[in-house]
Amino acid sequence: MSALIKVTNLSKTYEGGFTALKDINLEIMDGEILALLGPNGAGKTTLISIICGIVNPGEGSITVDGKNIIKDYRDTRRLIGLVPQELTTDAFETVWNTVSFTRGLFGKAPKPAHIEKVLKDLSLWDKKDNRIMQLSGGMKRRVMIAKALSHEPRILFLDEPTAGVDVSLRKDMWQVVHRLRESGVTIILTTHYIEEAEEIADRVGVINKGQIVVVEQKKELMRKMGTKKMFLDLHQALESVPQGLSSYDLELVEEGRQLVYTYDTRKERTGITSLLGELNRAGIKFKDLQTEQSSLEDIFVNLVKEQT
Amino acid sequence: MNLHGVRAIYMFEMARAWRTMFQSVVSPVISTSLYFVVFGSAIGSRINEVEGVSYGSFIVPGLIMLSLMTQSVSNASFGIYFPKFTGTIYEILSAPISYFEIVVGYVGAAATKSIIVGLIILATAGMFVPLNIAHPIWMFIFLILTSVTFSLFGFIIGIWADNFEKLQIIPLLVVTPLVFLGGSFYSVDMLPPLWQKITLLNPVMYLVSGFRWSFYEIADVSMFISLFMISVFLGICILLVFKIFSTGYRVKT
Repeated sequence: MSALIKVTNLSKTYEGGFTALKDINLEIMDGEILALLGPNGAGKTTLISIICGIVNPGEGSITVDGKNIIKDYRDTRRLIGLVPQELTTDAFETVWNTVSFTRGLFGKAPKPAHIEKVLKDLSLWDKKDNRIMQLSGGMKRRVMIAKALSHEPRILFLDEPTAGVDVSLRKDMWQVVHRLRESGVTIILTTHYIEEAEEIADRVGVINKGQIVVVEQKKELMRKMGTKKMFLDLHQALESVPQGLSSYDLELVEEGRQLVYTYDTRKERTGITSLLGELNRAGIKFKDLQTEQSSLEDIFVNLVKEQT
Repeated sequence: MNLHGVRAIYMFEMARAWRTMFQSVVSPVISTSLYFVVFGSAIGSRINEVEGVSYGSFIVPGLIMLSLMTQSVSNASFGIYFPKFTGTIYEILSAPISYFEIVVGYVGAAATKSIIVGLIILATAGMFVPLNIAHPIWMFIFLILTSVTFSLFGFIIGIWADNFEKLQIIPLLVVTPLVFLGGSFYSVDMLPPLWQKITLLNPVMYLVSGFRWSFYEIADVSMFISLFMISVFLGICILLVFKIFSTGYRVKT
């Protein structure tokens, strides 16, 4: 895959002196789904807004499909669809009109068949003549997506697409995102829901305090940075971890009835066999054993914590 | 050039006017009728003629200019302020459309709407008083130049305003007084000498004078001076809009 969007040494300081982005370097590949994770105020929306042309860039450069977003703004913006975080719609307009308006604004001739397809794909067809103010929050969110897709973009930015959306609608949205990716659209989404990134992203970027902390294939990130835990349910509660086992990363929980061993799967020796042997020798019996891979959420929390 | 984009903005703004058609059409008709009742009948009965034109007919160009300027300013200022207020401006800023094209869309729609209102007032006035348009082409030139200039001025106010109060304050405290004191309802010759000189400082006087000339060939100043003054005002507005977009003032951070 080639880089469709290339951000090079991008920094942004607002007039008030707040530095939102510091020396960002990022490549977004053609056809991928990239999830940008980060706490509030990390710089996610600023980064997206600069690429889309809403916020003036500071230092550095951005290219989309090899073209500069300032010099060749017509060519680059034509490729991009944006669904902003806020539900900003024209309350008095009908769904059909507002979606058609966006298509025109992006320089495309009217194509009712495409608008119809987009509305049908997003389950909005029966609402096409409704005014936006008559729609629920979830439906408004779909209208925002329909507007962003009205001009057939190659790149779609989704800024917190499922914020405040109920679970079933969120899952519907994920299906929409999957379908879009299958049709060749490159998707960049920011989210607070780690589960969302875990579910739909190919790559994950973590941004904190205006800096990219890590960008990695989701599976690779979880493999590299994730740890695994083994839970041993004990027959008899222990008061403390026995002295002889201090070399192992053990934790006693559940009022002494469970031992938790944290290990690294990347190491040649995980220490599981020797630990079980030591436990046997110490006469500590267990009745059950489970293992658990750390989630993306754990990785994210650790990465952000490391920075602070 | 993104003609589809210009058309989208223009049609979107015009659609907003059609939605409030009753208000857009009935309101100027009623207010014009009221002006004729108050100025034409009550005051006009005491003033026979102004420079050979009946008072009722004399005030028609001024009345049209009054509505043209206030409507242009309010249409354009509201047109660009509303997306800023609701946040939908993100769409305009992220679209492959130049600043020039954005201005053409918004200002074109605002000017069109105010010209339509101006023509409605002209038609309404025709029902009350005899009208004579000596130079219809010049009348249209003044109509278009004034509506475009004041729509640009309104666009600037809409960009500058960050609340509804600011949106109203310039039209209310600057435009309306200037129009009323700009000879809309009287000839400058009717004023005392000192006030005649002060009135020359009012840019609106030149517009009303030129526009009235296109009707009755009577004017407070030469038609060419009127044309020059509106061109100067138009140039200033274009420069300000260019400056706003080149710096991103109150639009982009």
